[in-house]
Amino acid sequence: TSVLEGLHKCSSGQQQDFDLLVIGGGSGGLACAKEASQLGRKVAVVDYVEPSPRGTRWGLGGTCVNVGCIPKKLMHQAALLGSMIKHAHHYGWEVAQPIQHDWKKMAEAVQNYVKSLNWGHRVQLQDKKVKYFNVKASFVNKHTVGSVTKDGKETLLSADHIVIATGGRPRYPTHIEGALEYGITNVALECAGFLTGVGLDTTVLMRSIPLRGFDQQMASFVTEYMESHGTQFLKGCIPSCVKKLPTGQLQVTWKDCASGKEDKGTFDTVLWAIGRVPETRSLNLEKAGVNTNPENQKILVDARDTTSIPHIYAIGDVAEGRPELTPTAVMAGKLLAQRLYGKSSALMDYNNVPTTVFTPLEYGCVGLSEEEATARHGQDNVEVYHAYYKPLEFTVSEQDASQCYIKMVCLKEPPQLVLGLHFLGPNAGEVIQGFALGIKCGASYEQVMQTVGIHPTCSEEVVKLHISKRSGLDPTVTGC
Amino acid sequence: MDPSMRAKQPVIAEFSLDSGQMIGLVLEIHSVGVSLYHLRHFVFVSWGAWSLRGGACRRRGRAEAASSPAARAERAGIALTASDLVVGPPRLRFPAGPTRRGREHSEALEQQPSPSPPPPRAQTSPGPAKAGVVPNRRLGSVRGGPMSPPGRRARLSSPGTSRPASEAREELRRRLRDLIEGNRVMIFSKSYCPHSTRVKELFSSLGVDYNILELDQVDDGANFQEVLSEITNQKTVPNIFVNKVHVGGCDRTFQAHQNGLLQKLLQEDSAHDYDLIVIGGGSGGLSCAKEAANLGKKVMVLDFVVPSPQGTSWGLGGTCVNVGCIPKKLMHQAALLGQALQDSRMFGWEYSQQVKHNWETMREAIQNHIASLNWGYRLTMREKGVAYVNSYGEFVEHHKIKATNKKGQETFYTAEKFVIATGERPRYLGIQGDKEYCITSDDLFSLPYCPGKTLIVGASYVALECAGFLAGLGLDVTVMVRSVLLRGFDQEMAEKVGAYMEQHGVKFLRKFVPMTVQQLEKGSPGMLKVVAKSTEGTETIEGTYNTVLLAIGRDSCTKKIGLEKIGVRVNEKNGKILANDVEQTSVPYVYAIGDILEGKPELTPVAIQAGKLLARRLFGASTDKCDYINVPTTVFTPLEYGCCGVSEEKAVEMHKKESLEVYHTLFWPLEWTVAGRDNNTCYAKIICNKFDNDRVIGFHVLGPNAGEITQGFAAAMKCGLTKQQLNDTIGIHPTCGEVFTTLDITKSSGLDITQKGC
Repeated sequence: TSVLEGLHKCSSGQQQDFDLLVIGGGSGGLACAKEASQLGRKVAVVDYVEPSPRGTRWGLGGTCVNVGCIPKKLMHQAALLGSMIKHAHHYGWEVAQPIQHDWKKMAEAVQNYVKSLNWGHRVQLQDKKVKYFNVKASFVNKHTVGSVTKDGKETLLSADHIVIATGGRPRYPTHIEGALEYGITNVALECAGFLTGVGLDTTVLMRSIPLRGFDQQMASFVTEYMESHGTQFLKGCIPSCVKKLPTGQLQVTWKDCASGKEDKGTFDTVLWAIGRVPETRSLNLEKAGVNTNPENQKILVDARDTTSIPHIYAIGDVAEGRPELTPTAVMAGKLLAQRLYGKSSALMDYNNVPTTVFTPLEYGCVGLSEEEATARHGQDNVEVYHAYYKPLEFTVSEQDASQCYIKMVCLKEPPQLVLGLHFLGPNAGEVIQGFALGIKCGASYEQVMQTVGIHPTCSEEVVKLHISKRSGLDPTVTGC
Repeated sequence: MDPSMRAKQPVIAEFSLDSGQMIGLVLEIHSVGVSLYHLRHFVFVSWGAWSLRGGACRRRGRAEAASSPAARAERAGIALTASDLVVGPPRLRFPAGPTRRGREHSEALEQQPSPSPPPPRAQTSPGPAKAGVVPNRRLGSVRGGPMSPPGRRARLSSPGTSRPASEAREELRRRLRDLIEGNRVMIFSKSYCPHSTRVKELFSSLGVDYNILELDQVDDGANFQEVLSEITNQKTVPNIFVNKVHVGGCDRTFQAHQNGLLQKLLQEDSAHDYDLIVIGGGSGGLSCAKEAANLGKKVMVLDFVVPSPQGTSWGLGGTCVNVGCIPKKLMHQAALLGQALQDSRMFGWEYSQQVKHNWETMREAIQNHIASLNWGYRLTMREKGVAYVNSYGEFVEHHKIKATNKKGQETFYTAEKFVIATGERPRYLGIQGDKEYCITSDDLFSLPYCPGKTLIVGASYVALECAGFLAGLGLDVTVMVRSVLLRGFDQEMAEKVGAYMEQHGVKFLRKFVPMTVQQLEKGSPGMLKVVAKSTEGTETIEGTYNTVLLAIGRDSCTKKIGLEKIGVRVNEKNGKILANDVEQTSVPYVYAIGDILEGKPELTPVAIQAGKLLARRLFGASTDKCDYINVPTTVFTPLEYGCCGVSEEKAVEMHKKESLEVYHTLFWPLEWTVAGRDNNTCYAKIICNKFDNDRVIGFHVLGPNAGEITQGFAAAMKCGLTKQQLNDTIGIHPTCGEVFTTLDITKSSGLDITQKGC
């Protein structure tokens, strides 16, 4: 870095100047850069993917496109298709056994699509005249970022405004012997779900609770469904050691926290999905004076996404207290650019952000969990309407619907404002999206009830919710 | 009486149909988004068919009984516009001053006629009046002062949630109910109203004791009248109840006297067999029956399926369960699974290339599910104590019905109230060979053999859905279309639905109608020859098919149920039953719900909701009406089409084109990418009213899971969804639904909407 600083001092002539510099070419960064460029600014994006400990790297577009939402939902789809093939015979389709799954073929198809997206992002940046640098950047000073490419070429980029959107990467359990060498990571339950779905023997080792931060009743249904569909769970266990056996398999040793007993198992693959850490360490933030939360290294920001340095901003997963979701980063990036360049003064509203977990039985939600609603408003002021329902498609194929469940958390006082909606079932994401708007518009329980259903769908069950938890009545939907 | 007073308390007409049957209730409009078109049409066009007769006093309005309301409105310089009726109180008003178009909105707010009853006076009711009501001074004006349009809209869009002074109003409602239930004859009148006087004289002449509440002489008269109009949907006085049954105004009472209904009502000592008989055990009828039973009433349901010309019949539950939504969505699912099988190879699944579809297996699985639903309904009826009779119901006289079972045995039942919910059945062409050889959707879902090469006649949603899933199961399918696809739906969407089907193997013969159907060969299936002629020229074509399925529309089952015996009015053209917005027919104790209702959506959930709410109004304390506006629906064609609100054509008709902004985009579902399926096929469109805060008045989506997507947006539209709120909402990634949160290309811009990248 000192070399870079020296460089900056003596070779400022080679320095390129921009109105806006975005560090990180993920969903948020690209959205911000494109919007700023639309507003007539000179914009650059710096993006670099540090290879994973196993050596994996990828193209432009960030986590979502390369190693997040997109490939995971496609693999989830592969698993869903597997389940459809299994059930198709109930609907008269005669498919001869054996039915097998070819991982390589799927992975290749998914990667081909991801590559097309990488390419698309490159083209879009070019179309929008955003300068793109595939270099690893770090701050030189408050207005300047520098980098050295593999072949030793130095670049110095400076800008009036700098946006940090470097995202996060999976956390590795450095204290566990062998973890770095043998583990690959991703988000636990979704991965476990689709791996089981494509026919693999999958075990989830879980320290405490599933889907922390989500409604826990829903979370327990999610795991229950997975368990009944073949995923094995080791609950309340901590791994202590990963060892490579002569066969090439991995032997994992874990401890049951309750009994204190140790146990071992062998696996072909160990996947760490114990959280993510923000990509802030290599940025030299202290050179610019940008403050981070010492506990988690996330960048501290205000409601305008401004860091401790007024012209430096942070959006997306790297910023403290933000939901780690692609669409929030995209919208935050867009709004930031609009605020910076005078198109609007609108702030990003982080309330009632809808999301969906693409576990085998999908879980979509918006607003508060039951726990959070109770904590904020008191149990006496919260009314929860709920129902167990059976998707029509499950009937003929004799699928188990014990975990298809909907819960609407409302204020008890009329007109019973909706605080949260939780939906477990097929196409949960599609179901929740519209209702998220309803909640945005301040929907009350009564208004939702006045909405006529679309028959026969799963989402119509939401507008038919009429049993409150408090009543103690049986919430199982029977009949039409 | 003070003459100036007289001017404010004018006499105007009760709107009557030519025959004299009173229906003047259609102007009660409650919800957001009512169409200007409808109102215009109604007020200015339909008016011609209506004659004006003296017969009632109105609480407010201008005294110009000699001219038509439309002319009167025009003279007053106002056009009755949607915003008037939507934003203002839900009643037809005639503001005092001239109003220019474009200003109605604000003026409507200023011109709230404040319900100020005349000062209280000593009660001087003619006749043996015993009752007055203790004035309740807590009740102020129930219509508040100026309010921001969104606020007002929110209030009006949620009747029941936000009625002001709801407690006091409840109290008022309770007292009204006590009066109605506690008196054999209850007359709500005004002391100066000549029609009220006539009615009082009628009852006096019959020697019947009656009870009067003079609304102009009690403090709360205006509020009473308002609550009364909520309960009865009649805004005028006199308003007459006999033995708890709402008879109507002066004209209706005299009419009832003439046709004997009044005497019958007066004799009534609740010696009826049932509180309620529901004719028709479909979604609407069963929901109404169940709810009435929940409210402690003695209820009977009559259900009888007349076998189709091909001999198909089925169990309890009506069209939806047996020959509608349920089997069609399951067959659609079977077709989707066929598509999934194709997709799955791209996702790494490997299995033998030989995949066949077995119709019998599918049909049996689906029929088994339906049988379990039939059984479930039977069980529910039993549990709720509803008497279910598998007989054909037919009115024979007032309050009496004849039930004929399969063996031809007749039984007679009486009830205080009746609900007609007989639904519809498929229409036939009336050409040679149609009833003999063609099938309809009534037969398809239980067809014992695979239909083979199929011709589908019609372009209704039933036609396209059937064509879609049959083609999806691998059959050779042709659709013969007379004119447009999916009439009544947005035509751009309809054409896209058709185009997708065509790309996926469905053949379309457009602008042709069948002339004859001949059998070439018997069999399962046999072979039929169809001759068709062009609608545009003299060209005829012929083709051979294993199966011909007619899906050209449906007819109401209202012809042979004795409606004429008791005087229930139907639209002669289409057989639909005419009813007011509380589903009451021209015979006060007879109600109608579901597909047979004139001008209402033919959808299961609508019928269910209407049935439930009707039972609550009839037998509970509720006044909630079924809201028929912004009803979402989905067509389960191979590419599903979900919509809520108006089509683009309708929007243009209702508003000027300049006041609309249409946002649209094509999209490529993530699941389709790897599967190698068509990009730039799925389509999303919203229609916004620029002059109403960019409110979303039409929502259209074409893509997988359209139904699941549309439902939530329909709930949001109930809450007055605007484009800005769509923009402010965060998407769920990666879904199809999220496309609506990022719509930024307007149709008027003409910009390219094909998708590139994420």
